[in-house]
Amino acid sequence: MTIKGKAYIAGAYEHPTRHAPDKTVAQLHAEVALGALKDAGLSRDEVDGYFCAGDAPGPGPATMAEYMNLKLRHVDSTELGGTSYVALAAHAAEAIALGKCDVALVTLAGRPRSEGQATGTTPRLRDPNQPEAPWEVPYGMTTANGYAMCAMRHMHQYGTTSEQLAWIKVAASHHAQHNPNAMLPEVITVEDVVNSPVIADPLHRLDCCVISDGGGALVIVKPEIAKKLKRPLVKIIGAGETVKHLAGGTFDLTTSGAARTGPIAFAEAGIAPADIKYVSIYDSFTITVLMQIEDLGFCAKGDGGKFVSDGNLISGVGKLPFNTDGGGLCNNHPANRGGMTKVIEAVRQLRGEAHPKVQVKNCDLALAQGTGMQLGTRHCSATLIMERE
Amino acid sequence: MAPARTIPSPLVSVENEAFWNAAKQGRFTVPTCAACGKAHWYPRAICPFCSSDKIEWRAASGKGTIYTYSVMRRAKEPYAIAYVTLAEGPTMMTNIVDCDFDALRVGQPVAVVFKDTENGPPVPMFKPA
Repeated sequence: MTIKGKAYIAGAYEHPTRHAPDKTVAQLHAEVALGALKDAGLSRDEVDGYFCAGDAPGPGPATMAEYMNLKLRHVDSTELGGTSYVALAAHAAEAIALGKCDVALVTLAGRPRSEGQATGTTPRLRDPNQPEAPWEVPYGMTTANGYAMCAMRHMHQYGTTSEQLAWIKVAASHHAQHNPNAMLPEVITVEDVVNSPVIADPLHRLDCCVISDGGGALVIVKPEIAKKLKRPLVKIIGAGETVKHLAGGTFDLTTSGAARTGPIAFAEAGIAPADIKYVSIYDSFTITVLMQIEDLGFCAKGDGGKFVSDGNLISGVGKLPFNTDGGGLCNNHPANRGGMTKVIEAVRQLRGEAHPKVQVKNCDLALAQGTGMQLGTRHCSATLIMERE
Repeated sequence: MAPARTIPSPLVSVENEAFWNAAKQGRFTVPTCAACGKAHWYPRAICPFCSSDKIEWRAASGKGTIYTYSVMRRAKEPYAIAYVTLAEGPTMMTNIVDCDFDALRVGQPVAVVFKDTENGPPVPMFKPA
C-alpha cells in the first residue's frame, strides 16, 4: 500500500490577516476553509472528511464540524504540534486511498498575536499528568531555550556559526520583500541578525520567527475529482511521520526527526533529494531549518552551515530555494504553527503561482517538511513530497 | 552573578516521590534498572530500555559535563538552562547555577547542588566543578 498518486491537493488558501483582534478563532477556521474550497472550485457540502489539530477550538474535530455545519464520514484530529498539517495532508491521502472520504478539508487558525502570547520566551503551561513535567518545569524551559540548546550543541559538534545561521533569515527576507502580506518585508543582512539582541544564547531576536494571527486550509481530493477541476494537478507522492524524543537520556540534539521521515518519504515517492526543485522547511528558528536540511539529505550532516551560506537558499540565486513566501521567519506563523503555510507555498510553487520574483522554473517536485512541539525535548516530524502532474 | 530566580516546585507523584525524599536529605539518586543495569533520565517506573519494572534509586556521584546550554536573556533574572551528561550515563535537563554565565562552555565539568523551590522539595542543579 502507498499513498503515491492516490490524492491531489486541489485547494490551498492562506488567510491574508496577520493581526485579527476583530475575529474569533472559529471564524478564521471557517474563512480559510471556504477560501480553500473556492480555490479548488468545490462547495462546502462536498466535504466528507475533516482534518484538524490542537489549534481547532474544542477537543478534536467536533466543534469546528458543527460551526461549519459539515456532514462527514471521516475525521482525524491527530495532534503533532506545528507540523500537524504536513502530516494531516498525508492522512487525508491515506483516507482517500482507502475510500474513507473523497473530499478532505484540513484547517489551521489562531490568534496568538491578538491574545498577547509571549510564545517563545516564557515557559508553557503543562498538563500535570505529563510525566516529564517535574523534570523540566523547575528549570524554566522555554521554547527559545530548547532550540537554542540544539544550536549550541550543533556549533560545538560541527563548528556552525551564528553568521551561517543568519543566512537563513537573510534568505527568507529576500523572499518576503515580494510578499505584500509579510510581517517583515525588509531585506536584511547577516550583520542585522547577529547584531540583534540575544534572546537565548546563541539565538538572536532575528533568528526567531514572527508571532502572527491567521490561518490556512487545504482541500485534498481523489484523482477522479481532481481531474474534473480547473486547477493545476498537484499530486501527493510520498510522506513520513515520527516522534523524536530524549530516549531515556540518550539523545543527540543536533538531529531532528527529519532524519527518519525524509528517507521514508523519499522511498515512497521513488525520488532523491537532488530531484527536489523547491522546499518548504519549518522555520520556527534558523537552527530548525539548518538541522532539517541536513537531516533530509540536501547536504551531509554537519555541513548545513556552509550549505545555507551565501544565498544558497534564495530563489534564483542558490541551489535550494526555500520558503519563498518569507516563511515563519519573515512572513507569518499563524497559531504558532508553521506546517500549513509550508504546504501552501509548495502548492503555489508547483502550480506556478508563486510570486514571479521567487517562482522556481519548471517546478515539478516539491517537499514540505515540518517539526512540531519542541526540538530541544520532544518533537514530531512530518515530510510530504508533492509532484506537478 | 545574577540574582537567584524563584524556582517553580516540581510536581511530586507516586512514581517519583522516592527521588524527592532523598533530595530533601541532600542525596542525588539516579533511577537504574536492576534487570539491564542501565541508568535512565527522566525517572520513571518502567525502564525505557528493557521495559522492566525493577527500578532502583541508586546513589549517584553528582558529577557530569555540560552537553549543551542556553542562557535565557529575556527573563527578569536571566538563568542558564542546560543538559548535563551524568557520570552514570544519562543526560538530564537542569540549570547551571552559582557561576558566570558568560564563562560557560560545552564539555565543562559540573557537580550537583540542590536548590530550594517555591514550596516543594529541592531540585538538582549543577555548578562548575
